[in-house]
Amino acid sequence: MKLTTLFITCLRALVRNPMRAALTVLGIVIGIAAVVAISEIGEGSKKQIAASFSSLGANVINIFGASVSTSGVSSGMGGRASLYPTDADAIMRECTGTVKLASPYVRASGQIIVGNENWSPNSIKGGNEHYLDIEGWTVQKGRAFTKKQVEEASRVCLIGSTIAEKFFSDKSPVGQDVRIKDVVFTIIGVLATKGADAMGNDQDDCLILPWTSIRTRLMGSSGTATITKGGAANSTQTISANSTFSTSAVNFYPGCDLQPFTNAPHPLRTRTVDSLLVQIKDGVTAKAAMDEMTTVLRRQHMLEPGVLDDFEMRDRAQFSKMMTSTSENMSRLLVAVAMISLVVGGVGIMNIMMVSVTERTREIGLRMAVGARPRDIMYQFLLESVLLCLIGGLIGLAVGHGASQFVSSQNGWPVETSPAAMGLAVTVAAAIGIVFGWYPAWKASRMDPIDALRHE
Amino acid sequence: MIELKNITKVYHLGEIDLPVLKGISLRIEDGEFVSLTGASGSGKSTLMNILGCLDRPSGGEFWIDGKNVAGLNADQRARLRNQRIGFVFQNFNLLARTSALENVMMPAYYHHPAMPTAEIRQRALELIRMVGLEERMHHTPAQLSGGQQQRVAIARSLINNPGILLADEPTGNLDSTTSVEVMNMFRDLNRQKGITVIIVTHDRKTAAFTDRAINMCDGLILEGVSDELSATLSK
Repeated sequence: MKLTTLFITCLRALVRNPMRAALTVLGIVIGIAAVVAISEIGEGSKKQIAASFSSLGANVINIFGASVSTSGVSSGMGGRASLYPTDADAIMRECTGTVKLASPYVRASGQIIVGNENWSPNSIKGGNEHYLDIEGWTVQKGRAFTKKQVEEASRVCLIGSTIAEKFFSDKSPVGQDVRIKDVVFTIIGVLATKGADAMGNDQDDCLILPWTSIRTRLMGSSGTATITKGGAANSTQTISANSTFSTSAVNFYPGCDLQPFTNAPHPLRTRTVDSLLVQIKDGVTAKAAMDEMTTVLRRQHMLEPGVLDDFEMRDRAQFSKMMTSTSENMSRLLVAVAMISLVVGGVGIMNIMMVSVTERTREIGLRMAVGARPRDIMYQFLLESVLLCLIGGLIGLAVGHGASQFVSSQNGWPVETSPAAMGLAVTVAAAIGIVFGWYPAWKASRMDPIDALRHE
Repeated sequence: MIELKNITKVYHLGEIDLPVLKGISLRIEDGEFVSLTGASGSGKSTLMNILGCLDRPSGGEFWIDGKNVAGLNADQRARLRNQRIGFVFQNFNLLARTSALENVMMPAYYHHPAMPTAEIRQRALELIRMVGLEERMHHTPAQLSGGQQQRVAIARSLINNPGILLADEPTGNLDSTTSVEVMNMFRDLNRQKGITVIIVTHDRKTAAFTDRAINMCDGLILEGVSDELSATLSK
């Protein structure tokens, strides 16, 4: 039998019983609709998570000092003050193949005062002139600090939108003064809103300063400047008093440590930075960038071969990948649940096909008598069930897509149309048609024409 | 030409073997118009199923046009039925909710090699016209009378130009007037197209239309027209 004829024959058989066909298909429609809707919503939330992570700064690698252990007490990561601002310069200068931007990173915490109001911001962070680009900040009003301002340790700062709203709801913050731990800084810009990060922390509740300003003007009384219990020196106190009120040029390179040398070198906290932030180039793997930077840093730190690295690197993408894969697993689980309803729909198809075969026994007998081979009968019923499922699959596709769009318009959930999921859904529908249509079709093909013709 | 040599058929009903045909030898020449008669249980339906290649004999030899068909498998028998044998049934066996024309076309879809649909349609139209139903060719079986349905069935049996027409009680569900019409149609097909027509019936009036009556009794053939039958015919 020709395929087109077979196709028409099957279609006619289905049209002959439209109500039954519609009810049979309902199971498949619901199953496919559920799969499509869930996968679209899942895909959407995956995209949203990825987007919220890229607001943290895409392709960023953090470099920390290695941990240090003194008298059996380990400091944890970053305990060793082994990273210098010059390391950031060296990485940018030498790792041209993999690194786009590099910046030192320091943190401080404390109270800020504007006029007669005060506030403790989430974070006070410092970097160089590339820092905003690396972290994905944009300046909404005013301007960013320059390389010159970084070198001069200028008393300038950028404020996040939360702080701008808190203190300056009625006037422009640019040009206003803010006191951070009794040091007066001038606001030169307001950052565009980023919103909450993946952990729910308000990213906009922050101040961003040149790192040099934090190190030289805020140090000593700042929270993060308290030294870890490890071996790093607590030398900052000794110079903080001068620096707080200093307006003159900053001495980046104090002569020597004021503490006596011990077995381990104790670099000055003013000379070192908390960590380095590196943005790698697009299309470069984090691994390649890390390898290149390791070489450069080891040379910078003059580490002999065989000596362990005095720094550690963390790829932020690892974390975002973990979060994305969590949401992916969740939506996969839901799709699997939806698949169960597809199987139930498939059983419905099988049931109706069995009824159909029994009901049309005489037709089968007649077709066999006039020359249909068993396989012709088999193909006929198989194609019928596949057609049923395909029609159901296509309707389900439309319903599921419509449902996810509806949900997204009502609840504002992000949805992402996924052609792959759609293709898969239709394929699965056809596969269900074959799997669950097989047995009834096989049964039909095994009928004895004589008995089938006599069937009442 | 159909030739049967010592055909037997035994049904196995559990432990018991039930012989239905006990050695039938029969020869039907091309272009014959034959009736197969006998009381119910005489084995005539079984014989017809074997003649129609719907069933395989348990033993014996069976040739159609010099070809041994006793050993054919299901697919080969399907092809043989499709191309060599036309079937007409007592209860018409038309596809429900399908037009007369479509019913006539149906067996040709299974023809091998495949025929173009346009050609099948053309031939079906001719056959519908031949049985005088051109005005009703788009009617479904439910909209046709018994006689009309049987004429559609006859047209259907001819779509693949078979050499043999096998009719199982073709007048069983028809009144006497339509029975005569249908039987005349078989006779015309036999006379004008030279088709071998085999009619299975228990009705003597129907058998009387044929040239030769094969009378079956208890799984065996009583060759020729029986006395009782000839008495009926002479009336």
